[in-house]
Amino acid sequence: MTLALGFLVKQPGVLSLIQDAGRFGACHLGVSNGGPIDCEAFHWANRLCGNELGVSSIEVSIGGLILFAQIDTIIAITGANMPLTINGQAKPLWRSYHVNAGDCIKLGYASEGVRCYIAVYGGFTVPPVFGSSATVCRENIGGLSGGKLAVGDIIPYEKKLEVSDIKTLKLPEEYWPNYTRDLILRTIASYQQQLFSSQQQRLFFSTEFTVSKNCDRMGYRLEGPRISSDVDGILSEGICQGAIQIPTDGQPIVLMNDRQTIGGYPKIGSVISLDTSKLGQLSQGAKVRFESVSMERANDIYHFALNSFKCTNLITCDKP
Amino acid sequence: MASLNNISIKVAGENALIIYFSQVVNAEILAQVQEAERLIRLNMGNEIIELVPSYGSIMVVFNLLKYNHRQIRQKLCSLLAGINTLAEDNSHKTKLIELPVYYSTEVGPELNLIAEQAKLSIKEVIDLHQGQEYLVYAIGFAPGFAYLGDVDRRLAIPRRSSPRLKVPKGAVAIADRQTAVYPEVTPGGWNLIGLCPVSMFDVNASPQMLVKVGDKVKFKAINKAEFLLLGGTWPFDIEFLS
Repeated sequence: MTLALGFLVKQPGVLSLIQDAGRFGACHLGVSNGGPIDCEAFHWANRLCGNELGVSSIEVSIGGLILFAQIDTIIAITGANMPLTINGQAKPLWRSYHVNAGDCIKLGYASEGVRCYIAVYGGFTVPPVFGSSATVCRENIGGLSGGKLAVGDIIPYEKKLEVSDIKTLKLPEEYWPNYTRDLILRTIASYQQQLFSSQQQRLFFSTEFTVSKNCDRMGYRLEGPRISSDVDGILSEGICQGAIQIPTDGQPIVLMNDRQTIGGYPKIGSVISLDTSKLGQLSQGAKVRFESVSMERANDIYHFALNSFKCTNLITCDKP
Repeated sequence: MASLNNISIKVAGENALIIYFSQVVNAEILAQVQEAERLIRLNMGNEIIELVPSYGSIMVVFNLLKYNHRQIRQKLCSLLAGINTLAEDNSHKTKLIELPVYYSTEVGPELNLIAEQAKLSIKEVIDLHQGQEYLVYAIGFAPGFAYLGDVDRRLAIPRRSSPRLKVPKGAVAIADRQTAVYPEVTPGGWNLIGLCPVSMFDVNASPQMLVKVGDKVKFKAINKAEFLLLGGTWPFDIEFLS
């Protein structure tokens, strides 16, 4: 058996994880979805590589990753504003690059946003668990060994002879997202909203909250005025992406990809997925506000965003 | 909010609805939940991404690319219209799973505490714990972690004030009137009374889990030799007495 080749991890950074679109269909066994926190940046990275959407990529949180390529390929990096160098040369994000065996790819620390996505031509070849390579560290499931990337890991991808003939692509600058520190989270009325008085709901929707230091792939805990409900707890029930739990301390938690599958805190609503993607690019101290949207409106927003993504044309770069 | 007898369907999120069967959970409600889960999996495979049953509810996550809330709600309503009568016919079909347990103070550091609190002998505690059937109310917290109830009132004991950093795989535990088998080594605050040699959750097995929500579980005391013979992993690296 020959050792699989790919990217050799020289320095893993703060939190670098293999992620594909997510692990679906096993929540009833207590297995969470995982997957990319910022789906938009993740999908762009794969599109820039000419990949099918949803194939295995690397999510780099905060930064500090250094990789060595062992096989010629194409990569694309999107997301938070981390300084990228290839062999010491500074390169912009939001485009694809040819890299050759021996090249050094380095991502510094993010100045804006939190998470970057590195896609590789054809996707990384990581064996799936429950149909997915998504890493959920808390469950020790997915990725290369259930956890974050470590020094000496090899993230395998296939050798493709055609890569040298493929032209690289870039996303026009006007489509690059801004990772603002001031975000509106569009929220659908759901779950136990009726257990919050109209006064508490008005307070919730009219207040600016601050992202606390407890913000991770499981959930974003916010700080603000105490929001109280008429009950302390409910029978544990399924929790969806973006659900906003209000524990007894009255400080909202927006639940993200690695959330527990069930929980017993009352929920005042659910943030739409487009906005949990943006929330996941925020760190401690950022300001957020909730805005109520109808379910029909949320549906329109989803399909409009999807359509915009499909209709945005990438620019072909000249071969270097 | 659609209503079918006592069943209601509410919005959960952008691509999720939640079906509430009851705010009071018992064997009959759980049989209804189990039957509804079976019907939805059978008839709505194309639409559904996740089905999460728990106590008196099922969360339904659907494919938003192809369907909207209204369509899914309508399908669920017609599918669940006859569920009340069906559930009664099906309640006897729920599985009963027997799990062997090596009950001992050697691997169950809280056995003494529970016995003292209940003014019972350790043997009486064990007999009470293995002397009844439990319902699988929910699965969550960690992959393969099943919430079983209701534990005899005399054995009910609150969670430890500070959770253990490492609870061994297979640990049989009590918290309030619930009991569970830890599927993997994990931090945990429940009170440990024994070890089960049977794996509750195995990614590579089919099915991956022995039980599902609505099933019944019974425990059966075994000795240490039987525990090892059944493939139980001895938790050498766990310090109980700290």
